[in-house]
Amino acid sequence: METIAYRRRAADKAARALFALSALLVVLPLFLIFFDLLWKGARELKWTLLTDLPHPVGEPGGGIANGILGTLTMAGLAMAGGIPLAVMSGIYLAEYGRGKFAATVRFAVDMLAGVPSIIMGIFGYVLWVLPMKRFSAWAGAAALAMIFIPVVVRTTEEMLRTVPQSVREAALALGIERWKTTLFITVRTATAGIVTGILLAMARIVGETAPLLFTALGNQFWQSGLDQPIAAVPLQIFSYAISPYEDWHDKAWAGAVVLIGMVFLISAGARYFTRVKK
Amino acid sequence: MENALQVKDLCAWFGEHQVLKNITMDIRRNSVTSVMGPSGCGKSTFIRCLNRMHDLTPGFRVSGDVLFDGRNIYSEKIDPVLLRRKVGMVFQQPNPFPRMSAFENVAVGLKFNGKKRTRSEMAEVVEKSLRMAALWDELKDHLDRPGTSLSGGQQQRLCIARALAVEPEVLLMDEPCSALDPVSSAKIEELIEDLSDKYTIVVVTHNMQQAGRISDFVAFFLLGDLIELDKAAKIFTNPADKRTEEYITGRFG
Amino acid sequence: MKKHYREELGNLRETVLRMGGLVEQMTHRAIQALVERKIEMLPEVQAMETQVNQLHIDIDEICLEMIALRQPTAADLRFIAAAMKINTDMERIGDQAINITERAEFLLAVPPVKPLIDIPRMAEIAKEMLRDALDAFVNGNVDLAYGTIKKDDLVDQLKDQVFRELLTYMMADPGTIKRSLDLILVSRHVERIADHATNICEDVIFMVKGKDVRHQGPLA
Repeated sequence: METIAYRRRAADKAARALFALSALLVVLPLFLIFFDLLWKGARELKWTLLTDLPHPVGEPGGGIANGILGTLTMAGLAMAGGIPLAVMSGIYLAEYGRGKFAATVRFAVDMLAGVPSIIMGIFGYVLWVLPMKRFSAWAGAAALAMIFIPVVVRTTEEMLRTVPQSVREAALALGIERWKTTLFITVRTATAGIVTGILLAMARIVGETAPLLFTALGNQFWQSGLDQPIAAVPLQIFSYAISPYEDWHDKAWAGAVVLIGMVFLISAGARYFTRVKK
Repeated sequence: MENALQVKDLCAWFGEHQVLKNITMDIRRNSVTSVMGPSGCGKSTFIRCLNRMHDLTPGFRVSGDVLFDGRNIYSEKIDPVLLRRKVGMVFQQPNPFPRMSAFENVAVGLKFNGKKRTRSEMAEVVEKSLRMAALWDELKDHLDRPGTSLSGGQQQRLCIARALAVEPEVLLMDEPCSALDPVSSAKIEELIEDLSDKYTIVVVTHNMQQAGRISDFVAFFLLGDLIELDKAAKIFTNPADKRTEEYITGRFG
Repeated sequence: MKKHYREELGNLRETVLRMGGLVEQMTHRAIQALVERKIEMLPEVQAMETQVNQLHIDIDEICLEMIALRQPTAADLRFIAAAMKINTDMERIGDQAINITERAEFLLAVPPVKPLIDIPRMAEIAKEMLRDALDAFVNGNVDLAYGTIKKDDLVDQLKDQVFRELLTYMMADPGTIKRSLDLILVSRHVERIADHATNICEDVIFMVKGKDVRHQGPLA
């Protein structure tokens, strides 16, 4: 009996160690990336990075302020258009979507979420840049929205599905109309989850590069209008990184730190919203 | 009128499966009528027919009449939303709205039913409803607490207060005590007896002792049929139907 | 609409008391009519029996319903069980009072055998026993119940004395046999009333203490 108990305990410990090790391996790259970035970008990590325009080659200093503004501008535009559309679609799928149409929409949204982001860029290029004959913030925002929307539609739907049926029944039994029940009771109950989904989708589009290559193009200066090419942090990192200059490589590393920082802040916001629940 | 609800030849189907067969019964105004029977006898389906809660269930179909104040609630002219304000419902699991305070939970029905009310009018209704639900004394200093933070028994009374706030005539209760401990159940039972002075109450229960304690009338359902409807004392001392007798004496099947 | 359980218990208690009061009155008036030779009082007593009979039925119904619908337990269950048994005893007391009126109808139509002394004394004690038994029931007073049970012996002794005395009358003058026998029967009815009061006391003791004191010799 004692030996069996001993073996069982040993097996238990081994299994637990294995799971813990796996978990560690998963998060290890994050720390590696982060410290690597800090190490390599250290030389260019200064406050001016956040406040100044890029400097020409060979000239030290300078920043990516125009890129930060551009990224926020396009993410903001994408969300301003995308949130109402996506949340309402999500509501439709969760609360009313039973028939063939809903099934089709759901399938299409899943497909859309799976489309590689470079395709979204080309799509934006063909649909917006070519007819307008100009790269622009609008085109970039549209491409980002195409990535943003399907994610938010599906998280909204999933979050609404986690609201117990009993909540809807309780509202209906009080003689509250269906649309009011949906909007003011069900959606309200799922708000934290929906906001979290939005923030996570935002974190994703903030870091997208490929779709912007064909739409926003990038800009060395402050943006001059939404119908003009516009800078973005990932684009700047990209162009610095592929350049042949050593000091630009350093700037690419520093820019990457800024980008990770932005994503981190948004994710932290998402965490905060899920925690405030109840 | 003596009867708050009159059910005539009510049949109900989920898809092809018939769950209620020609139910005909009257529900006396200002009394407690219990609907009891073994699982799957159609008792929950039945009371959900009384305020059209099945409207949204796909594949659900009824035939026959349910007269409320003499009018068929399944007629085209009846707005189910207005019907449900007159025929309220309390569910098996206490289901206060999450992310709403106790106060909001009680006020929510009024808030969304169209009529404009001032804050003080609202507070008045909330207090009155909570008093009727025997919850005011426990809760008056904690009205801003989330409804979901209350104990199970308190949550259920909160749900009763919420239903009373829209001033229904009939209160349907679907196994209101089955998720509660005995002390909380006893409080709800006492509340039901008190409320029957002013409201017509229909309670579904699979607990026949409870049916005995709280009811004026008891209906016994079996496999979608109404076997017997009579005064509680009659059903529990001398039921007319052998199947009722077998069920209440525990000799079933 | 439905009353609370506590109210129902209270209602039952009151109904039992009302019936107790009625049978006490019946006993009192039947004996009074006999002793004071007031034949006109008899119909009144007989009328009261209809009420008693109705209460007899009502109490059983209330008890049965409460057992069926309320599932009483512990003290409540013993109370309801006691009420049902007391109900039977009270109804029998009413019957005995009626029996006394029936004897009285004959006895008051003829001259008295002798002045009545022991029978009124017996009746007085029996009535007191009944009153005390009901008080003990209402207040759950076990001491009073025990005390009341003890008095039963006194009534039994008085009954024997009445029998012996009337026996001498019958032997002396056979013309008094019918009247004497009826008086003996009256004493017998009174004695039975005291017995029922004793039963009520035993039920009260069971109700309060959950202890059965019947059939265990004098004052187990």
